[in-house]
Formats: sequence, structure tokens, C-alpha cells
Amino acid sequence: MSTEQSLDQAPRLDVDALLDDPETRIIVCCGSGGVGKTTTAAALGVRAAERGRHAVVLTIDPAKRLAQSLGIASLDNTPRRIKDIDGDGELHAMMLDMKRTFDEIVEAHADRDRARAILENPFYQSLSAGFAGTQEYMAMEKLGQLRARDEWDLIIVDTPPSRSALDFLDAPQRLGSFLDGKFIRMLMAPAKVGGRAGMKFLNVGMSMMTGTLGKLLGAQLLRDVQTFVAAMDTMFGGFRTRADATYKLLQAPGTAFLVVAAPERDALREAAFFVERLAGDGMPLAGLVLNRVHGSGADQLSAERALAAAENLDELGIVDQPGGQAGGRATNDHGGTASPEGAPAERKDLPEQADQSSASAQPYPSAATAPADTVAAALLRLHAERMQLLARERRTRDRFAALHPEVPVAQVAALPGDVHDLAGLRDIAERLASDAAESAGGPAA
Amino acid sequence: MVSGKGGTGKTTVAAALALALAEEGKKTLLVEVEGRQGIAQLFETEALPYEERRIAVSRQGGDVYALAIDAEQALLDYLQMFYRLGGAGRALRKIGAIDFATTIAPGVRDVLLTGKACEAVRRRNKDGTAAYDAVVMDAPPTGRIARFLGVNAEVAGLAKVGPIHKQAQAVMRVLQSSWTAVHLVTLLEEMPVQETVDGVAELRAAGLPVGAVIVNMVRPALLGEAALAGAEADKPAIARALSQAGLGGASRGAKAERLVGPLLEQAREHAARLALERTERAEIAALGLPTHELELRAEGVDLAGLYTLAAELRKQWNA
Repeated sequence: MSTEQSLDQAPRLDVDALLDDPETRIIVCCGSGGVGKTTTAAALGVRAAERGRHAVVLTIDPAKRLAQSLGIASLDNTPRRIKDIDGDGELHAMMLDMKRTFDEIVEAHADRDRARAILENPFYQSLSAGFAGTQEYMAMEKLGQLRARDEWDLIIVDTPPSRSALDFLDAPQRLGSFLDGKFIRMLMAPAKVGGRAGMKFLNVGMSMMTGTLGKLLGAQLLRDVQTFVAAMDTMFGGFRTRADATYKLLQAPGTAFLVVAAPERDALREAAFFVERLAGDGMPLAGLVLNRVHGSGADQLSAERALAAAENLDELGIVDQPGGQAGGRATNDHGGTASPEGAPAERKDLPEQADQSSASAQPYPSAATAPADTVAAALLRLHAERMQLLARERRTRDRFAALHPEVPVAQVAALPGDVHDLAGLRDIAERLASDAAESAGGPAA
Repeated sequence: MVSGKGGTGKTTVAAALALALAEEGKKTLLVEVEGRQGIAQLFETEALPYEERRIAVSRQGGDVYALAIDAEQALLDYLQMFYRLGGAGRALRKIGAIDFATTIAPGVRDVLLTGKACEAVRRRNKDGTAAYDAVVMDAPPTGRIARFLGVNAEVAGLAKVGPIHKQAQAVMRVLQSSWTAVHLVTLLEEMPVQETVDGVAELRAAGLPVGAVIVNMVRPALLGEAALAGAEADKPAIARALSQAGLGGASRGAKAERLVGPLLEQAREHAARLALERTERAEIAALGLPTHELELRAEGVDLAGLYTLAAELRKQWNA
């Protein structure tokens, strides 16, 4: 099939090679929401550990089910060892607790009095409780910490469910530029009471700025902010340095980004943006993980032929002349000589065959709750739906492959339900890794 | 407010809801807050600026206006509107204060986004009538919705006096009133349903009014479990039926016979999905909220599809 061409040309992402390479120290899973990012990260962790790595998975998404599937009641800010991992490797997992992480930084970098002043500051309490942006900074901070501890030879990071996956990359730089900016310096200056006259002028003096801010935020909040900034003063340098270091770490050769997506238009559009952004920032992209790809064991039968055959069976039902052995044989003979790819010519003579086969009669076994041809018609319609889904998925994948032919792809066959245990994660990882070895075409369902 | 887990189609449902309201003759504003330009894509128009722009007209005299709220612009607007600080806004941006306020300062971004939507809700024409009959927001995902909408309460606590305090309180009053309803979009899958259940609990705890659950992308049941069991019990009969339909021979190893296994496998997956969907439906029903279902549009939702969804929503909503 011609549509398969561009997909085949996309290089396959060899997940096992990536996991086995001792040079791989950090894997970052990113992508839009609802594509199975967290599950992918956990599945990679299980596989890496079972292939001998000492891995830690840092998840951001507080999905209880993931903790349960890893066999622990809940994940928290401390890496917990996952039991029942086969082989010599080890797996730890943790879930980012923004506030806890922020508190720890404060406690580690400020003397006790100063730390208490910060921790009790209302502005700090709101900031650390997880307003927009904090999650991204803290994820980066935690990644830096895990790397610095050097207890694991592989860190797998799941990125925050941002409104845009790009926020994650911007966080350190945004923090850096903010900390370097005039605004901080201005806030650090003692708050002067802004003269009303100053408001009228565009040359911005400090008094006017703080006056404006005081007016806008309320004097008490401004005081909280200023107290906070003053108390954090000594730590800002550290924040900046670490944010920069983590950003550089992400660009280093030991890091591999995996863009996770589902074969749907929006998810792949976001994935394409992300691929472009990673390239722009010099971040090393390992490939695209395409989750929930559908397959069919009967993909030689097209949707069109399946639907035509289903209609054919409907007509038989209306005639109410159940077919049997003889009819079956008649088509058997015909089928035996037909070309395997079902030429249109074969479809044309379907009605004729129907007439032939309806000539002979044999009742269906009564074990069935519906006549076999009704069930068969439903099976065919189900198959047509599946084939149409396959075609749609293929189109979206091909579109991505056309835009980014250089990006290696690993496809993961869709599962009927969610993952509930370690075996389920293992299965996902197996599907993820085996795609590299698989030949052309979609994976089998 | 229309929320939902990522991937459930909340933007599509928000757009369909806005269209449905317009079809009732209402002047409707459809608001986007996450900078994705999803509305422009759905309505097949160019990217939306920070400006209320008519994007659809209904025969019933209603219109859909759309607005992509940009937090930075909203802040500058706000400064201009309340303080006539247009010039100072530029200066604030230069020193990074705007960036600070919209990206780093706790909650300011969410206050601005919800504040702008509430401003549209409360806006009046010169003759005193409401500028919009309805405002539909394509809101942040379910996992963040309670925090997003509750931010004003938090900010009002943080800034105990001053205009931000007043503004945050005013917004909270609108959000907690009967003027507001938070609708949650879900799929009949475990994670989105779980997130919906959690979201409802969080919204209720925050005193925010929960509206309806909209189950999106519902797929038809093509084959019941009983019929599947029958088929499993007599595979040769299925092979013969397929053969009759012109798909090759029914004898062992012939073309039609070889189809039976894979087709039944797909039917088993289908049956497993139906069983799962039953469980999920029961969970949604246990929430005790009005529930609407929208069928999957396999080819994706284009403009015509959006109108169909809107008509369907209207029918169910008025039923």
C-alpha cells in the first residue's frame, strides 16, 4: 500500500538500545496531556531496571493508579524502591511534591531564622503550593537533585501536564531572566511611598513603581513580596546557577528526550511542535513514542470490502434463506482463484454469489443467540470500523513522518484497558521495545 | 466553564455548546485561555487576536463571538481600565514586571483570565441589557480546574486590601453564583472518568457549581456479548457466513475461514470495551449529575460536524 511507504521510511526507535546504553543517564518523556506519558515513563523504568539499570522514575502526575501498578500504596517526594523487579537492576519511583521540594531548598540554603521567615511568608506559601509555573521549576530542581545524588545510573522524568508541553523547557530560563531582571532589584529596594505626582510621568522611578504595585496589590501584599524577596536574596544566586545547570544537563549527550504522542491529530501536532522546539534549543531527541496504535490481524480485508460483504449478508437475511455447505463451497471455489488483494472485479460479482449461495439451505446451530450471518455482518462492520481507524491513524502518522522524517518512531499497540500492575507495565514496555524489531506495517493488535 | 482531561475534546464541546446557545438566539462569547488557538482551528478561521470577534452566526439570530484571552494583554488592559496606566504598562513590561505578574507571581495569571471572562459576563450595553447572553469558557483541564477557579479566593486572602483584593472577590462571587456552571467532558475510559469524579469532588468542596457531565466520543455497540459468545461457540458457521458474503472459502485454511480468528479477536476487544464502558457509565451515574452523550465522529470534527454536535447537545439539553 502506498500509504505505508512514508511510515516505513521513518527510522525505528530502538528502545532497548537506548536503555542499555550506559551513556544514557536521563530520559525525559514529554508530550501533550492524555497520551500516556506517565505510563510510558513507568514502563521504561521497569524495563530499564529489568535490563540491569539502576533507575529512578520521577513522575509529576499524581495518578494513584500508577503507584498501585508499581505495587506501592502511594508515591511521594522520596524515591521508593519498587519490589518484584526481575534481575540485578533496581527501580525507584517518586512523585514530585512541589511544596516539599521548595521547602527543602529553602531549608538547605538558608540559616534557620531566615528559613523560618521564608516558610512563614504568605506570599511564599502561595507560591510554593503550586501556582502556574512552580511545578515546572520544581521538576527541574528535583531532576538536578537526583542527578547530583548520583545514586542511579538512569533517571526517567515525566514532565508536568502543562497547558503547553513547551512550558517545561522555558521554566529555568524564565526563572533565570526574572532573577537577573531589574524587577527583582527594584523589589529589593526599600519600599518608598510613591508620590501621586510621579504617576503622571512615564519616566519610571522606583518610587512610582512600588507606588503602582502597592496600589495594585495592596500595601500588605507588596510588603509580603518584598520580605520574601529580601529573605530569598542569598538563595537567588543558587536558584539561578542550578536552573542554568539543569538546562545544560538537558542539552548534554547523556540526556535523551522522548516525545510521547497518540496517533491523533492534536497530539501529533503538539509532538511536531515539540520536536521543532527541542531542535531549536539543541536538546537531544531520541525519538517519538506513539502510544495506542491500533492494528488488525485481518488487515488484508479492506474496510470497503468488509462493508460490502456485510451488506451482502444483510440482503441474505432479508431474503431469509439461510445459506449452508453448498453455498460455502461455491464461494470457496471462487475465493480460491481470486487474487489475494481483492480486485474490484471480485466485488462486482458479489450479488451474483449471494444469489448462488442462498439457493442451498441449512439451518444454523441454535447455540448462537443470533443467526450466524447477522453476527458475521456485525463482525465485518466492526472490522470496517477498525480498518477506518487504522487508515486515519496512518494518515496522521504519515503527516508527522513527512514533516520530520529523521525522527525515529516506536509504536505501542493499543490495549483494551488501563494498566493496573507491574505485569501490565512490563507488557507495555515489551510492546514499546519490540516495535523496533518489527517489520513494516502497524503492530499486531 | 467547560473542563475535561486532556484528550477528551473539551475545546470541541465548548465550541459546540457556544453554537448550541447561539442557535437558541443567544449572543454568546466563547473564550479560550490556554493560548492553543483551538477555537480558530475548529471554526476554520485564522488565529484569534486578543479581541472579541464574531466567528459564527445562527439562523435564530444568535451569534458566537470568540476571544483568546492573553494574560499579558489582559493585565495591560486592566491597568489601563482601572488606572489609566497605558504608558506605565509598557514600562512595567520593560523591567519584567508584566512577565513576573503573568508567569511567576502566584495566581495572577489565573486571576486575570477568570477576571476577563467575568468582566464579559457582567458587561452591559448602553441600554442596560447584558452585552452577552452567555459566556462559554474553554477552561483548563479537570486536574487544575478547581484551583484555577478557586484562585480568586486564595488571592483575595493573600492581598487583603486593595483593588486586586476587590477584583478577586468580585470574580469569586460570580463564579460561585448560579450564573456559573462547570461542565466536565469525559470519555468512557478509566482515567478521564476518575479525573471527572475527583474534579467534581474538588469543585464541590470549593463551593463551585458543577453543571453537567458530557461523555464525548461515544462509540456505537456493534456486537453484543451474547452474540459474540454464540459466534465463539460455532466458528464454522461464521466462516460459512463470511464465505457466503463473498470473502473466500469456509473450509479449514481457506480465505474466509482464516478471517474468523482475527475478526473474533477484534470482537473480543470490542466486548471488553463495552464491559469497561458499562463500569464507567455507572461511575458517572453515581455522581448524580445531568449527563449527556455525544457520539464519536470518526473522521474528526470539522465545522459541519461542530454544528451537528451543537444540535445534538441542544436536543439533549432541552429534553
